[in-house]
Amino acid sequence: MTAAAGARIGVITFPGTLDDRDAARAVRLAGAEAVSLWHGDDDLHSVDAVVVPGGFSYGDYLRAGAISRFAPVMRAVIDAAQGGMPVLGICNGFQILTESHLLPGSMIKNDHLHFVCREQQLLVENTSTAWTNEYAKGEIITVPLKNQDGQFVADQRTLDELEDTGRIVFRYEGVNPNGSRHNIAGITNERGNVVGLMPHPEHAVEAGFGPTAADGSRTGTDGLRFFTSAIASLVAS
Amino acid sequence: MARVIVDVMPKPEILDPQGKAVAGALPRLGFTQFASVRQGKRFELEVTGEITDEVLLAARQAAAQVLSNPIIEDVVAVTIAEDDK
Repeated sequence: MTAAAGARIGVITFPGTLDDRDAARAVRLAGAEAVSLWHGDDDLHSVDAVVVPGGFSYGDYLRAGAISRFAPVMRAVIDAAQGGMPVLGICNGFQILTESHLLPGSMIKNDHLHFVCREQQLLVENTSTAWTNEYAKGEIITVPLKNQDGQFVADQRTLDELEDTGRIVFRYEGVNPNGSRHNIAGITNERGNVVGLMPHPEHAVEAGFGPTAADGSRTGTDGLRFFTSAIASLVAS
Repeated sequence: MARVIVDVMPKPEILDPQGKAVAGALPRLGFTQFASVRQGKRFELEVTGEITDEVLLAARQAAAQVLSNPIIEDVVAVTIAEDDK
């Protein structure tokens, strides 16, 4: 990687993926090239980073993200992630990354049993990951959240480890929308290249289409820095 | 056709929101005998031919690797369907 303009960020589409086009748009708005990856692909077409977007892959019939984990493209993603490639899992993508064991814990049905859709405030806790280096620690950002199985659970030992090693990247601020343990909205792996979160930064990247912000309705673009962070980490590496 | 039954339940320490909702509905319908409910999943795997030890082993492996997520669920039983015994 020599220049941001040359960064190629892949966005995977599984059967039932909903947010691949928004994720690709976010990648382009951040200044990188968005490369469409198909679930049946055996390789990653020389991308520098991968976004596993939201939706309901394979209908979430077995468990959220469970069947996608065995898609051919995920073999390549798991290999690349273990090699240090930046990988971002959003919502269903986060569920797929936990099913793939790239991230610990799992998601179960929201504690109130309802689908939830809201503009969610998040507290930024870790700014050393490949996807959050352009945020400030302690910053509160607003991105949309929409899910049915968004309750993050893990055993106490795992929760303690996440806390002790600073691997909780985002916590829900104000409202915990799904009963997640320790208000966890997003986590990272030990290396900091793999990040998963339930809320949707790709829906808050362009004024006119995002959440309400201080300067007016739908002007929120807090999600864009996920993607510029990835580009910055690629340029730095 | 012979069938292998795989039963998967949420781990005891995982709060089961679905079971809890069902437990809340039961007394409203007059079923006051039940203190709690937990909701799991039953998979029926149809087998072509006989159920051998090898088939049962494969079912156990499928149950552990695909049908359950060990972080949130336990495979509580892998058995041959009663009517196929």
